[in-house]
Amino acid sequence: MNAIQIRTMAKDFILKEFLPGERPENLTDSTELITDGILDSLATLKLVAYLEKSCGIEIAPDELVPENLNSIAQIANFVQSKQAST
Amino acid sequence: MTVAALHEYLEQSARRYPQTCAAVEASSGRQITYGELDALSDQVRDHLRRIGVRPGDRVGICLPKSIASLAVLFGILKVGAAYVPVDSLAPPARNAFIFNDCGVRAIFVESSRAETLRYELARLAAEPRLLPLDWSDGPSPLATYLARVEAGGLAVEDESARPEPDNLAYVLYTSGSTGQPKGVMLTHRNGSSYVDWCSDILAPDENDRFSSHAPLHFDLSILDIFVPLKHGATVFLIGEELGKNPTRMASVIAERRLTVWYSTPSVLTLLVEHGSLDARDDHALRFILFAGEVFPVKHLRRLKAVVPRARYLNLYGPTETNVCTYYEIPQTIAEDRSAPFPIGRACSHVKARVIDANGRNVPRGQEGELAISGAPVMLGYWNMPERTSAAFHVDSSGRWYRTGDVVIEGDGGVYTFRGRRDRMVKRRGYRIELGEIETALYRHPAISEVAAIARSEESGVSIKVFYASRDGHALSLIELKRFCAHNLPAYMAPDWFSHQQLLPKTSTDKIDYQHLMRME
Repeated sequence: MNAIQIRTMAKDFILKEFLPGERPENLTDSTELITDGILDSLATLKLVAYLEKSCGIEIAPDELVPENLNSIAQIANFVQSKQAST
Repeated sequence: MTVAALHEYLEQSARRYPQTCAAVEASSGRQITYGELDALSDQVRDHLRRIGVRPGDRVGICLPKSIASLAVLFGILKVGAAYVPVDSLAPPARNAFIFNDCGVRAIFVESSRAETLRYELARLAAEPRLLPLDWSDGPSPLATYLARVEAGGLAVEDESARPEPDNLAYVLYTSGSTGQPKGVMLTHRNGSSYVDWCSDILAPDENDRFSSHAPLHFDLSILDIFVPLKHGATVFLIGEELGKNPTRMASVIAERRLTVWYSTPSVLTLLVEHGSLDARDDHALRFILFAGEVFPVKHLRRLKAVVPRARYLNLYGPTETNVCTYYEIPQTIAEDRSAPFPIGRACSHVKARVIDANGRNVPRGQEGELAISGAPVMLGYWNMPERTSAAFHVDSSGRWYRTGDVVIEGDGGVYTFRGRRDRMVKRRGYRIELGEIETALYRHPAISEVAAIARSEESGVSIKVFYASRDGHALSLIELKRFCAHNLPAYMAPDWFSHQQLLPKTSTDKIDYQHLMRME
């Protein structure tokens, strides 16, 4: 999966699950997901479960940190690095 | 063993078990013995004396849960001052309000948060001394800080203060209906009467390993901190990040062989539903304690199946009294049961009764407000004499704290929770005044009207906000969530937002909450 595919997938999932009714253009690649309160801890776990399933990766408990998941751009980088290492 | 002051629990255990491990940071694995913790908190005490902190003062704690924050807490008590803990991740303006309201003389703060806190305090014209601890200085930020500031320090009296049992020990701020948090004033006797009751119920010894999941500003932490340290047991400090990570928490429970777990039901549900608690069958847990909200029976049943040998206690009580009733969950839960379990009987260190609006006893079997008197009942609210007297019913039988919780007394003095008589709700263990959410959102320049309501659903309580905007258009949901994240603690964030052209009004032109409750 390339970075654009991962970004699109993560964006669609976040909009559908956690931002119902939001205009897609308001959610940018750099919108702060955790520090701006868009994803709470339970939502983060749901997102991680979705990424694991649809990208075929396994995310270790220690990797559930804001540095990996705080924006769509960070998510794409993180998922790509996981895919490269498997 | 009853003590006059809470820090005596640590001092006595340090004499008895100097080499025993007192506390472990569950994520880093760092640990400290009783002897070391006692000595480190002595150094905090001496430092506070040198900078002019006196018995009766308040000192703030704005630190992540750690060995450092534990030593700071005991150092503050040893000066004879009261500690005022806040959520270090909450908006700095809210923390500054609390510290200013309480008139703290000094604040221990994580150095990365010191500048924003100083800025917010300055806006309130408050200038308490900031004592910054820097975690990038190495694994012992407190020892490093003390070594730096204490070099060549003047000698001070090296005995700990011996406060009276009715002196202030800690102030816990909870959500306030007027939009600002209010400080619950608790004394050494308030804390120790509860700790001693826990000793009777849990019968802990030096082999026990307690979890400490709740942050220090949350009243669950009183049990977590003082009960294990009283008995020479070990407390495993679970910080903010680990506390949200169910898989890692489940490993800590199993690998560290914890014997007593205490948290909100939400955290236990998270452990069963998203952790790997069920993959391990060798738990050492003797007790699973929960408090702060109703535990949905569905999740409790699953938890009992995973950890069948532990005893399960439902603990109930507001911050103003801490735990005042308890109920032991029976060994087997009937298959068809869906009603939540009762909050139970009055603990032995309190008296409880059910009263009406005029303070008269309500007959058994009828709804009324639960009122509590006895040793653990708070002094009052900081700087709020009117709110304090409104919270109590005083008659010839004593001074009764009105909990605001509507209950029914059943057979054997067992109370069942029925609801609230005001606009306070509990979600994931936290008290939330819906008015505080409304006040925060009214500060948004585009919002003209706001009303927050709470709904009870099978999965727990959810909070919905209805709002109208100045230009009649809906705001971006991202913008609303961002505004809340920067103006309210995370635990108060609404679950849903609904834009309306105008909010429905009653005939007296007030917002019609009954109507909103019926809206989808």
